Amino acid sequence: MAASPALKTTPLNAIHRQLGAKMIDFGGWDMPVQYASLLEEHHAVRQRVGLFDVSHMGEIEVRGKEALRLVNYVTTNDASRLQVGQAQYSGLLYEHGGFVDDILVHKVADDYYFLCVNASNQDKDYQHILSHNQFDAVVDNTGSRYAQLAVQGPRAIETLQKLTAVPLAPIRYYHFVDGAVSGSPARIARTGYTGEDGFEIYLPPADAPRIWDEILAAGADFGIKPCGLGARNTLRLEAAMALYGHEIHASVTPWEAGLGWIVKMDKGDFVGREALARRHLGQKNDGVTRQLIGFEMTGRGIGRDAYEVYIDRVGAGWVTSGGPSPTLNKNIGLCYLPAANATLGRPMQIMVRGQLVDAITVPTPFYKRTK
Amino acid sequence: MDPENLRYTKEHEWVRVEGDIGTIGITFHAQKELGDIVYVDLPKPGTFIQQKTTIGSVESVKAVSDIYTPVSGEVVEVNGVLAESPEILNKDPYGSGWLVKIKLSEPGEAGQLLTAAEYQAYVGTESS
Repeated sequence: MAASPALKTTPLNAIHRQLGAKMIDFGGWDMPVQYASLLEEHHAVRQRVGLFDVSHMGEIEVRGKEALRLVNYVTTNDASRLQVGQAQYSGLLYEHGGFVDDILVHKVADDYYFLCVNASNQDKDYQHILSHNQFDAVVDNTGSRYAQLAVQGPRAIETLQKLTAVPLAPIRYYHFVDGAVSGSPARIARTGYTGEDGFEIYLPPADAPRIWDEILAAGADFGIKPCGLGARNTLRLEAAMALYGHEIHASVTPWEAGLGWIVKMDKGDFVGREALARRHLGQKNDGVTRQLIGFEMTGRGIGRDAYEVYIDRVGAGWVTSGGPSPTLNKNIGLCYLPAANATLGRPMQIMVRGQLVDAITVPTPFYKRTK
Repeated sequence: MDPENLRYTKEHEWVRVEGDIGTIGITFHAQKELGDIVYVDLPKPGTFIQQKTTIGSVESVKAVSDIYTPVSGEVVEVNGVLAESPEILNKDPYGSGWLVKIKLSEPGEAGQLLTAAEYQAYVGTESS
């Protein structure tokens, strides 16, 4: 069975199907949600190593003499603080202060910034950045030029080291090196979306199937597993990492989403700054009307995405992401609550299929790896 | 795979009738589509349930699926093992993963459900 022609595919589509993956339409992409077992894939990443095809993720490149000026004008974090070979989590905002997307900014050279963006936002982000390009910079929408593989888990470094001459241990978290993985040019970044150590590798699409197989062979001794988007979601939720369309979207500001740390109000003007300054009076928590907060279920039931949240049995917010945590063996989630109610240890209820089930707010991340 | 002596629904439940007792479960196909099952919500013994109505839910890590009863009657027994070990629904959906036993109030209902062959044909068309 082949993918529906309406869906975009990654270079690994045939491999996923051969491996028996269950495929889903993920934002217009035909992607593996799981192979044999989502739980086993999740545990493989926490305990050993897992391999993800994340080639659906988009890439946008900004080059030229004023590349930094453009990047810093359209993002919330301060890209001027980046060294060559360093990456940064950042936000793209609308003028009104809500999210266009959350992205990774990599500084490849003084005149070359490489942005990794969410798959379904690629074209929107590109247009957004273009529309603000009043600088001497060139913006390219280069998603189709890269495949992306994520090798994640405590044994990721040993697995990948077998295939590259680039010494991986010296690459610090949120840094990257341009080198080669088994003979293919590759951008090797120590980043991830699982809460574990690991690498995200950008490489030529034509080489992706061969390198996928080689990574699986290299990790065989460690019990590597191919992992789908299902495990990627449970892993990132345990690590309390935001997902566009859930925790963040056009009507949420970085501060509401608990992402104040990626906003540098003092770096100079940027798109959305004025609205944030007005709305929040320039102070991080002032004027925030709702706040993202973690919860765990104390009653029997699983709070899931979009379920309503109640405080003292009155509607107060909604679950942005929720479900079982395979590592903690609890039912966890993130939700928006009115800022005044978003305090730790607060009892709340979630409407689960017509019944209010007890939950309590808890600190995040739910899971933090031991170094 | 799908036992010959059971009757099936298009919602992927099965019923085994022995005397006036019907045992209900979900099919191999249903558990496979859901993936790792982590939670099962079932009616309490003594509850009267009406054919084709929702009597509970089965949840995997990613999804929630309603359980529709294939037959009407009073719940006389609930598979308590599922509360602690919902994963047996994945391992043995036609055996130890049964959900509830019902004292049938309309014994004729089961005969109108799909046979194993009809169910297999239906699953075949649904998944192609």
